[in-house]
Amino acid sequence: MSLISTETEAMHRQDRGAKKPIRLFRNLNAKVAALPMIFTALVIFIGCTLWTIYHSFTKSRLLPAPEKWVGLDQYERLWSTRRWLVSIENLVIYGACTLVLSLVIGFTLAALLDRKIRGENIFRTIILYPFALSFIVTGLVWQWILNPEFGIQSIVQSLGWERFAFDPLNNGQIVIYGILIAGIWQGSGFIMVIMLAGLRGIDQEIWKAARVDGIPAWKTYIFIVIPMMKPVFITALVMIASGIIKVYDLVVAQTSGGPGIASEVPAKYVIEKMFEAQNLGQGFAASTMMLVSVLVVLIPYIYLQLGGSRRG
Amino acid sequence: MVDLPMEPSGPKPRVRLSRANIMLYGILLLVSLYYLLPLYVMVVTSLKGMPEIRMGHLFSPPMEVTFEPWVKAWSEACTGINCDGLSRGFWNSVRILIPSVLVSIGVASVSGYALTNWRFKGSETFFTILIFGAFIPYQVMIYPIVILLREAGDLVTPIAQSANPALELLGLEPFGKVRIMGSLSGLVFVHTIFGMPILTLLFRNYFASLPDELFKAARVDGAGFWGIYFRIMVPMSLPIFVVAIILQVTGIWNDFLFGVIYTKPEIYPMTVQLNNIVNSVQGVKEYNVNMAATLLTGLVPLIIYFASGKLFVRGIAAGAVKG
Repeated sequence: MSLISTETEAMHRQDRGAKKPIRLFRNLNAKVAALPMIFTALVIFIGCTLWTIYHSFTKSRLLPAPEKWVGLDQYERLWSTRRWLVSIENLVIYGACTLVLSLVIGFTLAALLDRKIRGENIFRTIILYPFALSFIVTGLVWQWILNPEFGIQSIVQSLGWERFAFDPLNNGQIVIYGILIAGIWQGSGFIMVIMLAGLRGIDQEIWKAARVDGIPAWKTYIFIVIPMMKPVFITALVMIASGIIKVYDLVVAQTSGGPGIASEVPAKYVIEKMFEAQNLGQGFAASTMMLVSVLVVLIPYIYLQLGGSRRG
Repeated sequence: MVDLPMEPSGPKPRVRLSRANIMLYGILLLVSLYYLLPLYVMVVTSLKGMPEIRMGHLFSPPMEVTFEPWVKAWSEACTGINCDGLSRGFWNSVRILIPSVLVSIGVASVSGYALTNWRFKGSETFFTILIFGAFIPYQVMIYPIVILLREAGDLVTPIAQSANPALELLGLEPFGKVRIMGSLSGLVFVHTIFGMPILTLLFRNYFASLPDELFKAARVDGAGFWGIYFRIMVPMSLPIFVVAIILQVTGIWNDFLFGVIYTKPEIYPMTVQLNNIVNSVQGVKEYNVNMAATLLTGLVPLIIYFASGKLFVRGIAAGAVKG
């Protein structure tokens, strides 16, 4: 709107034979005000990302150092490092479980809260509050609850099941599930809120029609409501996925990657290679791999979004 | 998607106390217990003495309530050689929080305003890059930003030092080498950068929902870019500013990654110090002090959460894009 008005102004001035204003200075205040945004978009998001990708092909251990192009060496080394492989495996397990559980728990809770119950606000407040807490706090609380000497394990044992063993934080085989419990506790309320908003967007008439036809509620949910909520599910999915790739503080607080390297995750690998092991090239290669995995999720999403808007 | 309509849309329950209803409330109560459990455990553990923790179990309420762990966590707990407790981290977090929240919201609201009312060629492209940039893992950008901050410090140093003769004349302390990396200003910069996508989106959408006539009328009256921003946009957008403040305060308070990378031990925020206290390997583990410290760190976002209610939900629903 403002653009058009300034352009017509300029045209009028030209008609009168005045000098054409330099285009760069038109709307100058707005451009100056938008400089931080332009800087962030170009220098940080594009520039820094390209810088990292470029340097992942070099031999830099410590910067500033002469960069030596080594091609895919860093990636080859990365994918033959056991710690990285464990990190990826953990991320896949944690990611798959988080996706499924968050969606299922989030939707189920939202559906329960949507059934005209009393005290909906209280229940919602209780289920969502962990989301306000940091991953550090979350990790430390669950570290304490899962403590083998005083926590859940010892309580169940003292109740009579003396051979009961549940010590995920000291058992490399299942440690990632210990982190999963904490992660779900922290994040599922958020998915519930999104799902609840989606359910509230469903037309009341659908429910009336289903009831007239005598379709049981659970069938209505599965065959009618969920397909209608596809966009909400996709939004939730992208959000959960982008949260999964970032998982770092939770692991640092709850297990510090232990026992051994059993609960390492890629984000932690990157930070440690860059700031502790002084092995920058590895850090860059690993972070570029993280970027690739995000793109794998994001590109179909963008495609769907654009395709959807073109169709409708 | 942002606002929840007041009426639930699910099927109407027929009888108040049908079997299905009892089941429903039963399940919800159990679920609530699961979510409340860690908070309860934190509170009771922090109020017990160590002997009681060793004897009893996790869920038993304290027989003798003691506030000593709280005092100890606040003013005596050790991180490395410093034994002045979490209070240091708390005040560091406050000192990080205030400028970060102000600067990030100021910058983002102006950007959102420029994007809505003063579009220029390419502005939408920059905005699109900004939004998709929010999905790039921080790990990809962290190191180049370290270098940027270092170089920025080197760049500013001669400029600052050029004022040294004047400062010496006035008897003030001259500038040494200016360091932005590892300083408060560096961290504020980083929080501003990474808060920008979501906040700009938030403000842009809100400003776009304001009636266009207001803007036109102000233009006719001769108000310029900043005049309209300060006299019309800001006063009309207080709710969205509150949402942004909630979002940023909880986000920045809970940040760990940036705090640990872009600051140094003297100015570590509370989350980093908390982690160092609880996960330190030396000394006997004092679980009650640890839980008091954890609860103290979680208190600020919890208070904001319980006090703000629906606004928090609005904030995170908008933050959905950031994930």
